[in-house]
Amino acid sequence: MTGNIAILAYGLAAIGPGIGIGLIFAAYINGVARQPEARGVLQTIAFTGFALVEALALLGLVFAFLFKS
Amino acid sequence: MILIAAGSESFEAPGIADFWQPLVGDGAFALTRSMIVFGVTALVLSLVLIRVSGRLRVVPGKTQFAVEGVYSFVRNSLGRDIIGTKDFKPFLPLLFSLFIVILVNNLFGVVPFIQFPTFSRLGYAAALTAVVYVTYHTVGIRRKGFVGWLKSFVPSGLPAGIVPVMFILEFLTFVVIRPATLALRLMGNMLAGHLLLLVFTLGGEFLLLHSTAINKAPGVLSFGMTLVMSAFEILVEFLQAYIFVLLTAVYIAGAVADEH
Repeated sequence: MTGNIAILAYGLAAIGPGIGIGLIFAAYINGVARQPEARGVLQTIAFTGFALVEALALLGLVFAFLFKS
Repeated sequence: MILIAAGSESFEAPGIADFWQPLVGDGAFALTRSMIVFGVTALVLSLVLIRVSGRLRVVPGKTQFAVEGVYSFVRNSLGRDIIGTKDFKPFLPLLFSLFIVILVNNLFGVVPFIQFPTFSRLGYAAALTAVVYVTYHTVGIRRKGFVGWLKSFVPSGLPAGIVPVMFILEFLTFVVIRPATLALRLMGNMLAGHLLLLVFTLGGEFLLLHSTAINKAPGVLSFGMTLVMSAFEILVEFLQAYIFVLLTAVYIAGAVADEH
């Protein structure tokens, strides 16, 4: 079996952000369920946090392509 | 994109190279497909906005209603709520332009026969990010003065021993990480989404036409996945336009805020 180990590394790099984004949106859903009128504020916070966590996965993606050869 | 790569004997996985599509010429001065799409976007947006703003009615028509809807979304939930009632007005043109330019460019990624997301090329995302970068640092320096701007990197009330370390970390965040991730996020999402579409389309084509009979069913399934992923792409395209402008607003809000 041949392939590129960079893609495997990207799979590993995506684990952390995956868990992180799951936690963020779990908290967001919880918050909205408890207090629906806070949705607007929570949405901003949730997406800001999501963007920060996602940055890690994106760096992984870019590096996977950069160091392919 | 789909038409170009059809018809090879052994399956070739698509890569970043498929997003470099020069139409006229080659190298640094080539006229690429992304340039055309961006030009079309600019043209369409200017025409629509000029047309709508020239004929404003008290009872809005369909187009005016749609444009006003987008505008008030950016103004209220992105501008006013994040930057704050006092300071958000000067930044509205920037936020609104960014939002519609990114949104329309992204949506061109699923419009048939265009189907090219401009921001899958890093240069375009980086150019928008450069505007945002200059804006929020300029605003920060103007508001707080150069020293105050440097001070604002570190949260107040920390023990003196931690301050230098925090300063280095936060300085890196403000000056390197923020613009880099802002550009890479947009580019990475557009690139990854369309690479996925490309994989399913090319894979389906290969399985259907160039493989053994037993592979026809997964080939059809693969084309089905292309449709599903296209719908998901539309969601991601809206989301990325929203997140880009949201983060721009958050960065500007950090620059105009008095206290950290």
